[in-house]
Amino acid sequence: MELGVYSFGDVHRNPVTGAEVSGQQRMADLLERARLADDVGLDYFGIGEHHRADFAVSSIVPVLAAAAAQTRNIKVGSAVTVLSTEDPVRVYQQFATLDLLSGGRAELTAGRGSFIESYPLFGADLNDYEALYEEKIQLLLALNDAGRREEPITWRGKFRPALDDATIYPRPVDNNLDIWIATGGTPASSVRAARLGTNVIYALLGGAVSNFARHAQLFRAEAEQAGHDANALKVGVSAVGLVAKSGAQETFYPYWRHLMDGLSRERGFSQPNRISYDMQTAPKGAIYAGTPEQVAEKILLTREHMGHDRHILQMDLASVPQKDVLKSIELLGTEVKPLIDAELRNQEKAAA
Amino acid sequence: MNQILQHDPATTTIGILGAGKVGTGVARQALKAGYRVLIAASGDPKDISLIISVMAPGAVAASAADVMSEADLVVLSVPLHKFRTLDPAGLAGKHVLDTMNYWRDTNGDMPELDEAPSSSEMVHAHIPEARLAKSLNHIGYHELELDARPAGAPDRRALAVTSDDAETLALALGFVERLGFDAVDGGRLSNGAAFEPGTPIFTGSYDQAGLQSELLAHAASAAGEELALSPVH
Ligand SMILES: NC(=O)c1ccc[n+]([C@@H]2O[C@H](COP(=O)([O-])OP(=O)(O)OC[C@H]3O[C@@H](n4cnc5c(N)ncnc54)[C@H](OP(=O)(O)O)[C@@H]3O)[C@@H](O)[C@H]2O)c1
Repeated sequence: MELGVYSFGDVHRNPVTGAEVSGQQRMADLLERARLADDVGLDYFGIGEHHRADFAVSSIVPVLAAAAAQTRNIKVGSAVTVLSTEDPVRVYQQFATLDLLSGGRAELTAGRGSFIESYPLFGADLNDYEALYEEKIQLLLALNDAGRREEPITWRGKFRPALDDATIYPRPVDNNLDIWIATGGTPASSVRAARLGTNVIYALLGGAVSNFARHAQLFRAEAEQAGHDANALKVGVSAVGLVAKSGAQETFYPYWRHLMDGLSRERGFSQPNRISYDMQTAPKGAIYAGTPEQVAEKILLTREHMGHDRHILQMDLASVPQKDVLKSIELLGTEVKPLIDAELRNQEKAAA
Repeated sequence: MNQILQHDPATTTIGILGAGKVGTGVARQALKAGYRVLIAASGDPKDISLIISVMAPGAVAASAADVMSEADLVVLSVPLHKFRTLDPAGLAGKHVLDTMNYWRDTNGDMPELDEAPSSSEMVHAHIPEARLAKSLNHIGYHELELDARPAGAPDRRALAVTSDDAETLALALGFVERLGFDAVDGGRLSNGAAFEPGTPIFTGSYDQAGLQSELLAHAASAAGEELALSPVH
């Protein structure tokens, strides 16, 4: 099972100490985390985009390129690329370049994004929310397909100029980009990913570890029905959490609270409080904060429900201090991962 | 027993329009309560048959037309900006429960909302002959399952129901009760403004007494506003 971390490059004013952090400092922090994650044997380092004051990253690829240059084995990917306001041709080129730079470690996770700042910025119309995404994901996959077959592409759509017998350069390593689709739980999104034959990753941002069990089942069933090899397609889970030898839940709370307060004001989510936090940090809840043993157990419990292949954690919400994030990355690699690997080996043996 | 619980789930059909997060969540809870459940998305029922068999096993994927004609209670769980795709003729005379909210990030700008006390009035203007109630909008879709409790449980969550039609109100109250919540009569449909996005009721989670007092607080402040706005004699 793959484990990893992802970040949006939060530069929130620290809700506990009031400390501020510059974008420049945060970039250095992100790279330090990438190097450590690689050193401790984690599998994935992800960066997501936002277009607002609280986050340092709106351009994913340069950050991933720098991370790739400073690491050896870890996969570097977007988490997520808001495809609706991008040109898929340009996205494909950027990730193909990143793939060449990193020796085949680049991944692209496409999503709709849950904020809309990028729409007015790039002249997209919110009324085209679904149509934009649908067309762009189709084009991106068609480009990857043409690349794999080493053929030019001819394509017509509504939101970008047509492509006539065009070949897109450069091609990624082995002519293939690893593409995932991110979803927040609309069943139709699982179905879309399954029909398109891409990997899928579920944003499990609270609730219970079992929230998306049915979705994963649906994804596999639909992939099977669409004629894809469901076992070859991967399922991932992204969630928030922090690992520490002790006090992880206490440390994490004010940051989680700060972020959720904002979300609940802006979007009408349930207002967060200590009770809802404690419910979600309890063994069946979907906040992965605790000791290495607790987090390993929770990921394994999630796996019983989802059968997933990858679990990634966002540890730095609302600017959790770098030292806590680094410790957490280290423990995820040196303690959580071995615990999970050992348990999965046991399960395999028992099944054999 | 309470009048709101009088209908018998075993002989009552719930028809759900929208097979998304909310639609499939409501379907699961309604099946648990013993209702017959039909559910439709915008297209061919064949397109969602697998979704329904996995997400809400036991519910029947149907066309929107069949859902509307067969249901005793029609639940609206489509994105709000799609409300004009709902068929007014199919919903005429029907008991209808509106679970929809306005969220700019997915619905875009909707200037017509400015003229309505709550989004349900805007919806009602499109389906004037429907007997409309509003509820289930102020609970997250995954909480429909997590927070449901049997009647009498000490930690049972309360949900508000509003309608201008007494029979529809009774049916919707009974339905919400059976899904596993204390159903609180919120009065007229326009009172739905008390539990739309941005309100304390929407962002919070309340028991029966707590919800009732929030509804009263909203009514009091609305009355105050009206007083302040009314001309001085
Ligand atoms: N998410 C929550 O926690 C939550 C909580 C309370 C209330 N709500 C409200 O509930 C509503 C649904 O939200 P959601 O999150 O479930 O959305 P969703 O996952 O995007 O699902 C929307 C569903 O509506 C269907 N649909 C669209 N037009 C239709 C039509 N004319 N007839 C029948 N089905 C139609 C879509 O089918 P196609 O794919 O065929 O278009 C899709 O299955 C929204 O108004 C939302 O504000 C949401």
